[in-house]
Amino acid sequence: MRSVLGDRRAIAVLLGPALLVYTLVMLVPMGWSLGYTFFKGNVIEGFTFDGFGNFEKLWHDPQAHSALWFTFKYGLAVSAGQVLCGYLLALLYVFVLRRSSAAVRTLVFFPVILPTVAVALMFQKLFAVAPQNGLANVAVEGLGIHHGDWFASAGGSFIVLVVMDVWRSMGFYGVLIFAGLLDIPEETLESARLDGATGWRLIRHIVLPLSAPVLLSSVVFSINGTLKVFDSVLALTNGGPGSDTTPLTLYMFRTAFSYGDYGYGSTIASLLTVVCLGVTLIIFRFSRRDLTKG
Amino acid sequence: MTDTMTAPPRKLLPSPRSATTRKPGYARRLTRNLLVALLVVIELAPLAWLLLSSFKTQSEFVNDPAWTLPGKWDFGNYTEAWTTGHVALYVRNSLLATVPSLALIIVLGTAAGFALEVMIWRGRHQVLLVFLLGIMVPSQMILLPLFRVYFQSGLSGTMWPLIITYTAVGLPLTVFMMATYFRAVPRELFEAATLDGASILTAFWRIGFPAVRNAVFTVALVQFFFIWNDLLISLTFTTDDDLRTIQVGLLNFTGQYGETSYGPLFAAISINVVGALVLYLLINQRIIKGLTAGAVKG
Repeated sequence: MRSVLGDRRAIAVLLGPALLVYTLVMLVPMGWSLGYTFFKGNVIEGFTFDGFGNFEKLWHDPQAHSALWFTFKYGLAVSAGQVLCGYLLALLYVFVLRRSSAAVRTLVFFPVILPTVAVALMFQKLFAVAPQNGLANVAVEGLGIHHGDWFASAGGSFIVLVVMDVWRSMGFYGVLIFAGLLDIPEETLESARLDGATGWRLIRHIVLPLSAPVLLSSVVFSINGTLKVFDSVLALTNGGPGSDTTPLTLYMFRTAFSYGDYGYGSTIASLLTVVCLGVTLIIFRFSRRDLTKG
Repeated sequence: MTDTMTAPPRKLLPSPRSATTRKPGYARRLTRNLLVALLVVIELAPLAWLLLSSFKTQSEFVNDPAWTLPGKWDFGNYTEAWTTGHVALYVRNSLLATVPSLALIIVLGTAAGFALEVMIWRGRHQVLLVFLLGIMVPSQMILLPLFRVYFQSGLSGTMWPLIITYTAVGLPLTVFMMATYFRAVPRELFEAATLDGASILTAFWRIGFPAVRNAVFTVALVQFFFIWNDLLISLTFTTDDDLRTIQVGLLNFTGQYGETSYGPLFAAISINVVGALVLYLLINQRIIKGLTAGAVKG
């Protein structure tokens, strides 16, 4: 029977097309991009070999530093918000709403599927000050906070950006973690309750440790997405004011397509790739060590 | 992801609680209702405001506070966005890019997942790992070489750059998910089919593909929303104004239309939101149907 499932021609027919497309359109360009990092120039003006010039430039480029810093800051804030709100939602679904949570889950999930650009344009208007105060601005001022133009300051833009992205995605993490919480055996919870653990103590000592695996995958998923943020920033603040909300992705895009510097653009893209792979590895490492300790 | 959401809760929820776990009912119900009300407001208020605003006239935007209702309900803003604002064209372009990519992703990805999980050969784990790499690497890493190739091969003025790139970018996750789903299908099923004289390719097409039908649907949804909502790839490869997808079109809407036309802009955003809502409602039912059909067949 092994011979049928090991039929080489069948394997080639089934796997071949996908592997070919993947290799030609992803693997080869990845290597090609790495190659660009040693060159200056672009398609129209031609390329000249530059050695490690681009890396040196990256090392001393204040704009690259602020883009890297913004990427980290944004990734940390939004990931924390996504996972925390998602966890709270999941707890709400499982322990408070119980059987009736399906409708609420459906409702909170809806923004997940909305196009980012549409959401960003909507938030622009929600927090606008002209020609009329947007609805969110009206609400915030109703709470006694007068902020003025959110998009005129780096801090204000950052806050709107984080609020928007958490609003957009918390439903997804809510459902993801909800599915994880359902895997906790009811008997475990029941016996903990008999031992007197209720409410916050039950969550702190039983639910949280038992949901560690799904939390870990949520964090990895979330960090990987937020470090690559592009469309929400581009559509909401366009990287501004100035370049205060420009992440690496947008800086790379501008460098390559607005300034036509392929070599430096590729260098920034490579930095982003290293950051994504590095952060993922660190989280896995960290979590493994933590698990062995516990 | 969407099917976990609509799937009936499994263990915790339906089980009857013992008396010891019940809290005083009134306080619990009040907190519950307050939390739900809060969530409804947080989720729906911005969207409701968006839809209401899409009916407002220019003078209402300039002179009235944001929370006032539109004075008249007419669809003028919508017709203007749809025709003069080119939203119809953008939607058509998005469809032209999304449908072929989606079909390719599903066919190629499912076949590859089958070859990597069901078939037995040396090196298949390594190949799966190579596909996994593609999930983590940011798309920025492949843009420039592709841009150059598409430009020099003359594909730039067509939909092909989008279709090719979306297919390749969608493959890693699809292959990975499909391999996982095939793990749950017993290998004996395919062995039995080949004993009956079917080739392994026929077994894949006749047995493997239908066996993971619901999974195909889930993957197709995930990929659909990824492609439809994508901005980076479409922005990079649609050099031609006539080829703009809906996301790029929306982004440029204010620029080309003039910053001051709020009504049509709100209408254009609303078209996106309402379209997504309709699709979302359809999908929810479709998934429930798919699940029950699967259950009946056992």
